[in-house]
This record gives sequence, C-alpha cells and structure tokens, in this order.
Amino acid sequence: MSSHSIKAKAFLKNEARASWHDKALYAVREKRDKQAYALPEWEELRGAASAIKEHTLSHLAFYLEEFERNATANGIKVHWAETGEEMNDIVAQIIAARGAKHLVKSKSMLAEECHLAPYLEEHGVEVVESDLGERIVQLMHCAPSHIVLPAIHIKREEVGELFERELSTEHGNSDPTYLTHEARKHLREKFLAADVSMTGVNFAIASEGAFAVCTNEGNADMGTSFTDTHIAIMGLEKVIPDMASLGVFTRLLARSATGQPITTYTSIYRKPEEGKEIHVIIVDNGRTKSLADEEHRNMLKCMRCGACMNTCPVYRRTGGYSYSYFIPGPLGINLGMLRSPEAYGGNVSGCSLCYSCSGVCPAKVDLAEQIYKWRQQMSPLGVADNKKKLMVKAMNLLMRNPRLFNTALAVVPYVPRLIYNNSINPWYASGREMPHFAAKSFRVLWREGEVGKEEKR
Amino acid sequence: MKVALFVPCFVNALYPEVGEASYKLLTSLGLDVDYPLEQTCCGQPMGNAGYEKDAEPLAERMEALFAEYDYVVGPSASCVSFVREAYPRLSHHKEGHECLSSRIYEICEFLHDVVKPTSLKARFPHKVSIHNSCHGVRLMGLSAPSEQNIPYYSKLRNLLSLVEGVEVVEPERRDECCGFGGLFSIEESAVSARMGHDKVQRHIATGAEFITGADSSCLMHMQGVIEREKLPIRTKHIVEILTAEE
Repeated sequence: MSSHSIKAKAFLKNEARASWHDKALYAVREKRDKQAYALPEWEELRGAASAIKEHTLSHLAFYLEEFERNATANGIKVHWAETGEEMNDIVAQIIAARGAKHLVKSKSMLAEECHLAPYLEEHGVEVVESDLGERIVQLMHCAPSHIVLPAIHIKREEVGELFERELSTEHGNSDPTYLTHEARKHLREKFLAADVSMTGVNFAIASEGAFAVCTNEGNADMGTSFTDTHIAIMGLEKVIPDMASLGVFTRLLARSATGQPITTYTSIYRKPEEGKEIHVIIVDNGRTKSLADEEHRNMLKCMRCGACMNTCPVYRRTGGYSYSYFIPGPLGINLGMLRSPEAYGGNVSGCSLCYSCSGVCPAKVDLAEQIYKWRQQMSPLGVADNKKKLMVKAMNLLMRNPRLFNTALAVVPYVPRLIYNNSINPWYASGREMPHFAAKSFRVLWREGEVGKEEKR
Repeated sequence: MKVALFVPCFVNALYPEVGEASYKLLTSLGLDVDYPLEQTCCGQPMGNAGYEKDAEPLAERMEALFAEYDYVVGPSASCVSFVREAYPRLSHHKEGHECLSSRIYEICEFLHDVVKPTSLKARFPHKVSIHNSCHGVRLMGLSAPSEQNIPYYSKLRNLLSLVEGVEVVEPERRDECCGFGGLFSIEESAVSARMGHDKVQRHIATGAEFITGADSSCLMHMQGVIEREKLPIRTKHIVEILTAEE
C-alpha cells in the first residue's frame, strides 16, 4: 500500500473530522468560483498568466539578470543560492553580521522547502512566524497542512487550548475574535523585539528590480517596517517581466487562493529606506533541473495559490499530512516527484485523475496530466507498488486473449459471490458491494441474436 | 455511414443492457450498427495505473477491429477519452484508415454533435440526477466544468430534454469526482469509498429516484455504495433512459 493510502485511511477513520475538513476547503473553492465567475475575462487571464510564465521561463536567465541589475541599482543586495543549504548559509551570515538574534518572518514555502527555521534555531536565532496560521502550527510544533491555509486542519477549540498553554489566554475561551486579538498582542511584542525580518517573494518584477509580497494580515509589512534588515527569499521561477504582468497575476492570485479580489496587502519593495537594508536571495534548489524536464517544466508556472488543493476531492478528504512531501495535494504530488521519486513516490496514488486541478489552476498548469505521466514513470524508476503491478499483469493476460476473456465471462456468473464479495477485497472492505455479473454478456447476447430482436420483429 | 458499437469490457460483463440500449438507440435513428466480436478492453485501467505501454497490444487490436467503420461509438466517456488521448501514442492506425482516436465517440456526444436528433421515442416519468463524470466533463466536454468560467451547457441535459416525462436535476457540487478512478478504487480504497458515499448522498439530496450518466464505471461505483448502505436511489445509464418506453 502506498504511504498516502495508509495515512488517508487513518485520517478518514474520524468521519466527522474528515467531513469538516472537506467542507471547510470546499467553501474556499466556492468563494474562488464566485470571484472567477465574476470576471468575464477569467479564462483569458489564465491564458495570459500561463503565456507570461511560459515566456519568462524560456528567457529565465535574461529576466533574472535584468532583475538583479535593476534591483542592485535600487540599492537591494542580490544573492544567488544554488541549493537550500546555500540559502540557509547566506541567511545565517546576514543575521550573524548584524549580531542579530531575533528573526520575524512572514509565510514562505521556500523556507519550509529548505528547512530554514530549524537551521537558524541551531545557530541560536529565534525564528518567529508572524502569519497567524503559521504561528499556530509553529507553536504546535507541526508543519503547515496547506500552503495558503497552514492551520486549516486545526479546530478553533484546539487553538484555544494551545493559546491557553502558550500565551496564557483565558481557560476555555475559543472565540476566534478573542484569540486573534490575543495573537495580535503576542505578535506585537515579537515584532518589537525582532532585529531582522524575512519575507517570501510572490513576484519579482524584472523591469523594476522590485518585488511584490502579498499577505492578508499585513504581517510582512509589519516585520519589514520594524526591522532595519529585510531578507527576501525567492525561488528563481518567481521572476516576471514587468508591471503589466504583475497586474495579470495579482488579479488571479487572491481570487484563486481565497476568493478575495486581491490580498489585503500587496506591497512592492523597490529600494531600502535610508539606513536600512534589503537582501534578495534567488534560489535554485532543483528548479533548473525541473526547467530542463520537458514533461514537468510547467510546474514552474505555479504561483502557489493552493486552488488545486481546495478543489482536490482527495486532498479535502485526507488532509495535508497524508502526503509525505511538505506540500500536499496535486501540487505536492508533482513537486515531490520532481524532488525525489524514491522519497515521495508514495503520494502518486492519491489522485483519482478527475482533472479538476488542471481546470482550476490560474496558470493553467496541467497538474493531473503530469500525475498521469508520473504514474507511467513509477515502474521505470523502480518505485512502483508490486501488488498493483501484479494486478495489471493479470489484466493484461485476460484482456490480450479474447478467448480467455470470454471464457472467464461465461464462468464468473456461476462463481459464488461470497468468493469475491468479502472483506478480503478492499473494494468490499471499504464499503461497497461488488457489481453483479450478467448471466449472459453483451457479446453472448449479440451472438445469440438477442440484441435488437424486438426492433427487428 | 457504418457505425460500430464499442462495448467496454466491464459493460460487456456487467451491463449488457447498456449495450442493448445503445444498439436500440442508434438503430432507432436509422443508423447501420455493427458489433465486432473480439472486443475486450481499451487499456484505460492499465494507463491510469501507470502501465500505459502495456495497452499497446490492446490498442493495436482495437485499431484492427474497428478499421472499417466510419464511426465507433461507445457508452463510456472515460474509455472513449482514453482511446482518443492515448492511442495516437500507442498504436499505428491501419493503412488507408484514419486513426481510431479521430473516429471514436462517446454515445451522447455522438448523438448530440453528429446525429443531432430533434426527437426521440422515449418516455421516462421519473426524477433523475445527472452524474457529470470527470472524464466526460473535463476530457470530453460533455458539459461545462464548474471550475471554468464558461457558459453552462450540458449535452446530457439537452438529450434528456427529448425524453417525455423526465425531470432532470443535478447535485450540489455538480461535477465532483465519485471516487472510482480505476485501480484508484482499490489502491486508495478508503478515500475512494468515501468519495462514492459523499457523491451518492448529494444525488439523493436532489430527491431523484435515479442517478444517470454517460459513464458506467462511475455508476458501478456508486451502485456498490447504494447496495451496501441500502440507499433509496438507483443508477441507470443514460442510454437506458433515452430508449425507455415506460
């Protein structure tokens, strides 16, 4: 059994919780639909976003260098990191050079990808997540279960208990407004104590040497305003040509992610204030390898909105932790395979090939088609499930031999149902009766002249 | 116009009545319908499981079996879309004949887009809930996918409008997956069954007596849930409704 199917089964044991998770995320998809339907040009926008990314990715060196040149001219210090370790090192060096000890960061999937926080903590730096959801999972010592809604799997009562323990909030009070105010107070102290701030980068605008950071809580802005040093980390696929392109992406991002017309804060960082510093670290960490992969380079078009997760019927019912890669859902299945088929091949089964993710993606990434392609690679890569292989072999034998197939169909109606309709059969065991074999197959009816007999009369 | 009936392996074995209704429907519209006997499977289960290459001999056989026909029509959107998408990679079409992938149609699509009947001799005085199957909707375009901002249409609904007495509804989350997915239903049996359960519940919530659609595999999956949970709804392939004479 695949790692995903095992964890999915465990998650589904708690039926009420699985339903709640499914409904919470489907509600986000519905909010997204409302926004998408409200723009007559929605599908053209998706096409434009995909085309801009296609263009940029095929001229990646040009735009990255243009970005570097313009950003440097603006007074931003640009760094390049080939690996996650290199990125972590650069961050640690910048922090150490200032004798800093407290980093306040907004949400960044790249930081998760490179295990930045544990690395810095090892180096004696306190890392505080300032996005509320991220702060919740950080205090719980667990990973985000969704890339946009990191704490979506946690109920408010659980947050109440966590805050009571960690922030000494009132016993038994899980009112969301109350908890948010308490978190705000707690984070305010952290912002005041911070000496370095970190943000991700949603879009790096080559023509301006500037970058956009989108948040709903203003936490990125709070962090960068309070501190003198701002470190922004970006995967190298985040670069886009110009402000006109940015207009296309900002119209799509929040609508796709949370069903808002735009994020509450869309801040463009162009140059540091006097006496302050902005560092941008451009990170590869396997991305150029993906770029060279014709079948899967489309993954680099992703803008990390999470819409593919919200629409995925499997993700919604199995939760983020049923996937072994740190990004779940259709996106995570694909990115995990690009990272390491050996480590993350167990997620590829977690897809019914419904293709909804491909239709929802604002950059038209062909997520489902790529999962299909990965499945074809499982056996050549040596990570295929042996039981499944055997089932396919049996099907091959039967289907390649019409005579054998027809004989089987003649016999199977006489096989007692109990032999296959029992709890050893996963179909049955998970809650479905086996279908009923017809006494006479269509082929037999046809040969016996039974088909269309009435009409011929 | 020579039309061949493509009856997918599991329809042949489990739902001969769907094959019969397909034949009846096509011949009632004046078409000359044949059924080449040596059909087994199109190879979709192998492809979805990750062994598309294993479907090569099946594809070759399908090409040979159906070489002589102008149109090949089958009552399964999923199988037909596999032939359409994968066969150009898998098989060499026979000299002098166009590739099967360009001549194969799902039966509703064929009626709606090629035959275009303006009336049918069918009566079915029941409330039915349309099951918009994933491959029918998203790979074949039988109806507008709910994710996309394109005007609503449904070829199934249009065809059902030719049936006397039928009341047509669609469930909430109208094109969410039922969880079948071929070997997915075995390998990920827990979530697959859960998806099936949820889907059937949404169909029941419409008050419909029947779930109908163009994919027997989804209907098979949901029927399995219905029988296990003894639920007050039944599945019926759309061709059986388009030929009903109640």
